[in-house]
Amino acid sequence: MLLRLIAIAVCVATLSGGETIALVSSLPHTGSAGGQANSIVNGIRMAIDEVGGEVAGFALTHIQLDDATPERGQWDPNAEDTNARNAIANPDAMVYIGTFNSGAAKIAMPKLNAAGLAMISPANTYTGLTKPGKGAANEPAVYRPSGTVTYFRVVPADDIQGLVGAQWAKEMGAKKAYVLHDKELYGQGLAEVFRASAEKLGIEVVGYDGINSKEPNYRSLVTKIRVKGADTVYFGGTTQTNGGQIAKDLVAGGLDVKYIVPDGCYESAFIEAAGAALEGRCFLTFGGVPPEELTGAGKTFVDAYVAKFGGRPEAYAVYGYECARVAIDAIRRAGVKDRAAINAAIAATRDFPGVLGTWSFDENGDTSMTVMSGNTVKDGKFAFVKLLGQ
Amino acid sequence: MDGWLILQLLIEGLSYGMIIALIALGYTMVYGVVELINFAHGDLFMLGCYAALTLVGGLGLATATPATLWWALPLIAIACAAFGALINLGVERVVYRPLRGAPKVTVLVTAIGLSFVFINLGLFWGGAPMEVFGGGRAPSSPKDFPNLIGDTTVYDGVVRIALKDVLVVAVTVPLLIALTWLVKGTSLGRAMRAVAQAPTAARLMGVDVDRVIAITFAVGGALAGIAAVVYGLYITSVSFDMGFRMGLYAFTAAVLGGIGNLPGAVLGGLVIGVARSFSDVFLPTEWTNAIIFLVLILLLVFRPTGLLGSTAREKV
Repeated sequence: MLLRLIAIAVCVATLSGGETIALVSSLPHTGSAGGQANSIVNGIRMAIDEVGGEVAGFALTHIQLDDATPERGQWDPNAEDTNARNAIANPDAMVYIGTFNSGAAKIAMPKLNAAGLAMISPANTYTGLTKPGKGAANEPAVYRPSGTVTYFRVVPADDIQGLVGAQWAKEMGAKKAYVLHDKELYGQGLAEVFRASAEKLGIEVVGYDGINSKEPNYRSLVTKIRVKGADTVYFGGTTQTNGGQIAKDLVAGGLDVKYIVPDGCYESAFIEAAGAALEGRCFLTFGGVPPEELTGAGKTFVDAYVAKFGGRPEAYAVYGYECARVAIDAIRRAGVKDRAAINAAIAATRDFPGVLGTWSFDENGDTSMTVMSGNTVKDGKFAFVKLLGQ
Repeated sequence: MDGWLILQLLIEGLSYGMIIALIALGYTMVYGVVELINFAHGDLFMLGCYAALTLVGGLGLATATPATLWWALPLIAIACAAFGALINLGVERVVYRPLRGAPKVTVLVTAIGLSFVFINLGLFWGGAPMEVFGGGRAPSSPKDFPNLIGDTTVYDGVVRIALKDVLVVAVTVPLLIALTWLVKGTSLGRAMRAVAQAPTAARLMGVDVDRVIAITFAVGGALAGIAAVVYGLYITSVSFDMGFRMGLYAFTAAVLGGIGNLPGAVLGGLVIGVARSFSDVFLPTEWTNAIIFLVLILLLVFRPTGLLGSTAREKV
């Protein structure tokens, strides 16, 4: 697969006669996040097509790598490691677009940083990847061995998502919250922020548990939640780590609680996994605005996407598109095929006219956007409720 | 400590334990006769779940009336039992029979290899373009098994007893009794016990050893198929990688109860189910799996043959 893609990239380079710059994406195409990953890649391709596959005199190509394996059904540390190495070894690779999962980013970041290859993520939200003092003691320095910031993200991080989740819970009248997480970087990070924020807002946190994400059911855990008298359950986790089964067991256990989950569950696979258990009681925070609610440039994007690919874009498609647009813009400003120059140009991105509004990268590589959306599930579909964190 | 909570956890633990027991019965049945730990059993069970989901989707049962379900569900259970039995028969004929007489470890590794084949078949099956498989867009993601039994309770007072709890008991206990009768009270069972004790002597006495072993595998496969339907109705989610974990629990249950012993497998399943419920509630849930295997290790230290296992060579 990889060889074939490189072969395609080489062909394109030969045809255009000039030098080629490649945007390499590393996303989990195999597994339940596959729909999101494919949608992100479609977004990247749209951005490349918009500039006619050419920027600053270079032919622009896209190399698609998969960081998931069928055995795991989700991202795989070894696959991500291989992808990062392949990208570094490819002299045409100037920007690495990925990863989808924060855990995968942890693996790719130090390697790409040492090689000076810029990385822009459409979906990572774990706080410690960029923000000093908000993750483990050695984060984020451990991801920046060269001392330069080479990692950027176009979605707001979890310190914002966990906080707006807690604020939203408070608005909906939560008094006692039970916080669960999947023991993964993304999920546990969010759960901790939610717990801290909820306590600050005066919501009593009656329990905090890490679940075994491959268990068939959580019935006794639900009994425990019932005993503690929680009116709200927060799950820091994803569809792959059983967010759907928890929803089912809450309903089966006869609990009338609000179930709040983060953007890792904001994908159609979550609804497919949980069935009717989500209707009217599941609330999702998402680090951006759903495709249907986009206006202006965002709406133009969605319409163009539907026209080109024939299906509704998944939630992250627009972020893939945004990543590629920022990268192309930086390559144009840098004007040379040089990793350091392009990285510097990305870091210097200010007041970028994005599809979601105008934003800048800060000194940590984070977007200045903080707007998130609150969503629920109605008639088997995600339904937008309101904007959060404004 | 509230008494009702203890009672509630016992109910939950016993009912989930019955599901593990159903799978464990298949393990222990095959082991009892051919002394093979059939590691592919958990994944055969997973394929059974996919077969059940396909049937439920194909017959459009998700929106069926209770009256329809009364006759449709037993039919699906029979179909899935036949499905499991046929696959196990084929596997026994094509894979295990040529290995009869090969070193034990060869057969064991073959069983593990077979389980990988089944897992990948499941992954492929998950991409079936059917509504119940989410249109097959994400083959590896968990699938929603329609909640046909619903979340109705038969008793909802201080404790909650769900209709599903009654269902698993109503399936597992009669099956255990039927299997015990099959092994102890029929001439086929006598032949099975003879093959288990001394295959060569059994052959000399006119027992068709190949046929007896084939039937044993078929019974094991049928058990996996029935367990699959019950699991689908009870848990309401299936995924291609669930066979490994459920297989591990079931195998543990079989060992706990004394491998090769039918009531032992059920008892082992119940112990695991109850240990899991209590550990989930009274300890941080991260510890649950550690507790289950701690129970296994402790038991094997003090009673190496398992709860009901005997030291004699009689295994079924």
